[in-house]
Amino acid sequence: MEGSGPVIAFWMLAAVTLVAAGGVLVSRNLLHAVLFLILAFIGVAGHFVLLSAEFLAMAQVIIYVGAISVLVLFAILLTPRASRDNGETKAFPFGALLAIALAAVFLFVINDTDWRTVSESPGLAPEALGEALLTTWVLPFEIASVLLTAALVGSIMLARTAEEEAEDALA
Amino acid sequence: MALPMLATDNWYDIRDLANLTNPLLDFVGDNISSELAYILGPLIGFIASFLIFVLPSQLYVGVYGERKLIGRIQSRLGPNRVGPFGLIQPIADAIKLMQKEALTPKLGDPIIMNLAPIIFVAPAVLLFAVIPFGPNMIVANVNVGLLYFLAVSSLPVLAAFMAGWGSNNKYSLFGAMRIVAMSISYEVPLVLALLGVALFTDSLSLQGMVLWQKEWDIWVGFLMPIAFVIYFICVSAELNRTPTDIAEAESEIVAGYLTEYSGMKWGLFYGMDIGYALAASAFAATVFLGGWSMFGLDKFIPPWLLLVVKTHLFYMLFIWTRGTLPRLRIDQLMAFAWKFMLPVALANLLLVATERMLWVDAFDSKQAMLYVFMIVNIAAAVGIVYVWARFLGYDPDSQPTKARLVKEAGGYVPVGREVR
Repeated sequence: MEGSGPVIAFWMLAAVTLVAAGGVLVSRNLLHAVLFLILAFIGVAGHFVLLSAEFLAMAQVIIYVGAISVLVLFAILLTPRASRDNGETKAFPFGALLAIALAAVFLFVINDTDWRTVSESPGLAPEALGEALLTTWVLPFEIASVLLTAALVGSIMLARTAEEEAEDALA
Repeated sequence: MALPMLATDNWYDIRDLANLTNPLLDFVGDNISSELAYILGPLIGFIASFLIFVLPSQLYVGVYGERKLIGRIQSRLGPNRVGPFGLIQPIADAIKLMQKEALTPKLGDPIIMNLAPIIFVAPAVLLFAVIPFGPNMIVANVNVGLLYFLAVSSLPVLAAFMAGWGSNNKYSLFGAMRIVAMSISYEVPLVLALLGVALFTDSLSLQGMVLWQKEWDIWVGFLMPIAFVIYFICVSAELNRTPTDIAEAESEIVAGYLTEYSGMKWGLFYGMDIGYALAASAFAATVFLGGWSMFGLDKFIPPWLLLVVKTHLFYMLFIWTRGTLPRLRIDQLMAFAWKFMLPVALANLLLVATERMLWVDAFDSKQAMLYVFMIVNIAAAVGIVYVWARFLGYDPDSQPTKARLVKEAGGYVPVGREVR
């Protein structure tokens, strides 16, 4: 990629992502916060595209925008008055402390990383990613899937009421 | 020119319209600054695609053709007053919609409500970026085109949700919740069905899939009929087309998430519903029906014309089901997704993966093997559906004792009483 196009795109995407991330913090309405969060996710996906990592960008949109935000929306919808009274909370100082600690960690990592510029794209093909996941990193991959299955079974167990159990036993 | 001819590089060769546009874009890129090319390129593409594809498809196949065909299915005439055969009806409708007042409820969320139609429109246009209309006619030949399509097609659900939530109307909220629930339920078998296709064609790019089908002279739709049927049903549910349009079921929840919309804000939703159906049809034509290839016929007929015709023929299937089948209930649809489509999609994936292993390891007669697999898979499709429906006791749940989502949303449902 040459010319000023990618540079312009980078600054526009950075602005969109940062403004959206700020919006998540500032907005009082929980649903507005989730919509800002989705915009931030899309901005991050745009950054992945700029880094020639199309697969990661698509995975970002499918997983974060298509699935996780939808689940958050569901949680908001099913929680009474979740989107209306989002006032002050006593946990504010602890939250601020946590945020500062997290920011410190991130700044340290950013400072510590050796940022290199490569002349050509590393070409992260989906084939290479799949092969790495199923050979070198197969153990973490399998552990993650077992964890997700456990979470799935657990959530079904929590969600089922006793009368539903009884009904299904009859059916 | 010899008769078995491929599309040449001459600009007047309409069999590949990229001949016409690529030199133009190169000229713009070479002579004018590249920043301007970023603006001019999309503009040229927009005008060309609007004249060639959007106007005839959206207005005439989408609005006029659909109303006319449904009219014939239901023993009516359809639009026949405005212009010859009612041909100007869609334009008259659009003018009428623009004149109408777009209302916003006083207690609604005006920003979200106005943003929703805009967000709904953009992905419908973006979806066509990865559809190959010919050997060179593809806007963005990304190597993860399949994932791109899935990613972008998950965005309109959010727009529909915003529309339903921002209206501050309980029927809108019901519609929004239903569309979100449907989309996450039907996404799973849809992706599993497409995974089999990606596995067999060894490609995530749509152009790669078309080239594979062209090379082996077989359509994936015949090779994997189960995946094709699952795709059709799932996409019809996700697009909210009539047999499965529970998100705007007018007999239950007024008009779902569109209840509070009027004027052109409603018109954008209506028009883009057709746009999404056309994009899904173009995707189906590309992945399952050979795309722009047609068993060698694409040397004579322009490939883009073949794809457009296949797209519209697939869209006819949507119209046909819409005119024929009655609407399902939400619990029926949910049960269908999780209890029938998901196991069948998994069985299909197992079958296809096994065949893929056999096919890759075979040394000769690969072509013949494909045809054998085709017959085996068609038999398996008929067999699975028949056995499942007949013997494994899939009861279409015709007498449910409760509707779960209504209960979750705070509605009153008498639990435990037999509804007979």
